[in-house]
Amino acid sequence: RDKKFYYTRVLLGCCRRTMRKQLDRNLTFHKLVAYAIALFTAVHIIAHLCNFEWYNDSQQAADGSLSSILSNLHQDEESNKWLNPIHTNSTTPAYVTFTTIPGLTGVIITLALILMVTSSMEFIRRSYFEVFWYTHHLFIIYFAGLVIHGIAGLVRGQTAESLNKHNPEHCAQDPRYWGGNNTDSHCEEPEFGSIPAEVSPSITVCSLCRVLLATPRSAQAVAVVHPSKVLELQMHKKGFSMEVGQYIFINCPSVSHLEWHPFTLTSAPEEDFFSVHIRAAGDWTENLIDTFQQQKPKTPRIEVDGPFGTASEDVFQYEVAMLVGAGIGVTPFASVLKSIWYKFQHADQRLKTKKIYFYWLCRDTGAFTWFNDLLASLEQEMEESGKTGFLNYRLFLTVWDNSVGQAAFNFDNDTDVVTGLKQKTAFGRPMWSNEFSAVATAHPRSVVGVFLCGPQALAKSLQKCCHQYSSLDPRKVKFYFNKENF
Amino acid sequence: MGRIEWAMWANEQALASGLILVTGGVVAVAAQFKGWPFAAYAIAAGVFVCLLEYPRGKRKKGSTMERCGQKYLTAVVKVFGPITRNYYVRAILHAALAVPAGFLLSTILGTACLGIASAIYLLAAIRGEEWNPIEQKPQERPQVGGGTIKQPPAMPPPRPPADTRKKPPAEVAGQENPIPVTIEAE
Repeated sequence: RDKKFYYTRVLLGCCRRTMRKQLDRNLTFHKLVAYAIALFTAVHIIAHLCNFEWYNDSQQAADGSLSSILSNLHQDEESNKWLNPIHTNSTTPAYVTFTTIPGLTGVIITLALILMVTSSMEFIRRSYFEVFWYTHHLFIIYFAGLVIHGIAGLVRGQTAESLNKHNPEHCAQDPRYWGGNNTDSHCEEPEFGSIPAEVSPSITVCSLCRVLLATPRSAQAVAVVHPSKVLELQMHKKGFSMEVGQYIFINCPSVSHLEWHPFTLTSAPEEDFFSVHIRAAGDWTENLIDTFQQQKPKTPRIEVDGPFGTASEDVFQYEVAMLVGAGIGVTPFASVLKSIWYKFQHADQRLKTKKIYFYWLCRDTGAFTWFNDLLASLEQEMEESGKTGFLNYRLFLTVWDNSVGQAAFNFDNDTDVVTGLKQKTAFGRPMWSNEFSAVATAHPRSVVGVFLCGPQALAKSLQKCCHQYSSLDPRKVKFYFNKENF
Repeated sequence: MGRIEWAMWANEQALASGLILVTGGVVAVAAQFKGWPFAAYAIAAGVFVCLLEYPRGKRKKGSTMERCGQKYLTAVVKVFGPITRNYYVRAILHAALAVPAGFLLSTILGTACLGIASAIYLLAAIRGEEWNPIEQKPQERPQVGGGTIKQPPAMPPPRPPADTRKKPPAEVAGQENPIPVTIEAE
């Protein structure tokens, strides 16, 4: 499946490109905000439906009730002191809606919101990403309309000045005496003014920035082909800088002008290029790989947008780290492992990690031979530096077939027959309780960070184990599960 | 972009429109707005649209996620054959259903949304898409040994020689299978 499943954090459609962690929010928050907006939009619309209906009824009422009197106030004058925005007897709420600014903008932005929501349903997002991606740009219309929506100030309140001359609690009982020279009640006619609703300027500025400040996007790419139809693109782009765990969007005009696809960065920030590994998992990726494999004299042009997502600096803060990558989720760990290794070799003070336990779960290693090679080279470098204990990794193959059966017979070999790595491949899923208790025993006084890039079900079991194996004693071992980091 | 199945998005949009029609209709009927009979119609139309659109069609490529419990409605929708399979019919049906709700403010949003859904369905129909039901696959017995074992032995070892196996198992002394063994049809 395509790597777009584990794309990281996006804020509200704005300020994705920032380096500051505070402004980045994760995907869950974005969805939460979206649901909240949808809910409050529904409530808001229902409230205003009632409003318009009752305004209209009040305007058309001729029974001398308080509502009809209030409606008729200040209708004929040039002054702007009316309460009821509906000024004629022969209209309908629908007509008023479409002929006033708040009404019209309301309808337009609600439609934009609905289209954004239906195209963001998980099924559509995963299967037809472009529909989701381009429709989501309707947010521009949404925010623009939202800013204008409340400006007209159709919902009104009594002005402060008028409140001095007309106390509604007292005067509402006898509207017939308003404005007269009746010294008993002191009730002048009430006057009303707008309460314009404003949209927070920060959201507007943010959205505009994101739209207007598009940076130039071309990147130079060098292609490296890996087994099992995996293409590594090593790229350079002016002014590009990244952190571990981030992702970029890639567009290749010769494959498709309009499609942008997200890929997690697999290079470490310390390297002098940035790279992604692309696996053939759909039309666009297959065409891209073919295009690069044809080795035309001129390398196809690549455009890059990003990087996006929060830097996962937390990974370096834990003395002991348990990293779990399931299937395609192993990709961000390429970046993490490389970065940790660089920092370790250069005795980077920011790196607090002393020991890493890396769990790689997948059905078959075919498409991840490149990752295999990465682990092999890390293994070798660790041996050369005499630091073999630093990285402890285990691979779990969760599918059993004939070839896998052969591996079980080669138990005595020095290297694993499936991966060629020194550490043996295990079959089936890991027994997390065993793993956690082993780590807890080996590091009884450490704080262990657990990082997952994988399916939700796995997140639940890891979370449970973290709770189970964390000691209540603050001096003893503690497991912290980091959600949503990748 | 060439492989987008517009019908899938149209389906989400139509389902949302149905819900919006129902909501708008309920508000207008409950608060007895002027012209509330249109709202009553909108509730009925909305429910109908929801029922029709709830079962998701099968994607041409890849696996399709079923909605929870959709198989019951799939069975009903399937019965109507070409009427529900053809997206031109759906496009026209939704456009027609949307119109009466446009006369009342509460339900006009439903009209707009259903109209958009109708337009997307029209696009899907022009591109030759069709609604195909998601069928339940019969549970296959997992093939032992990748299909290379055609006649797996019926009894665990130690197996008596072939001629003694012809006797009914009850007469063979002493062997109790710890795991129940099913006899393969020969």
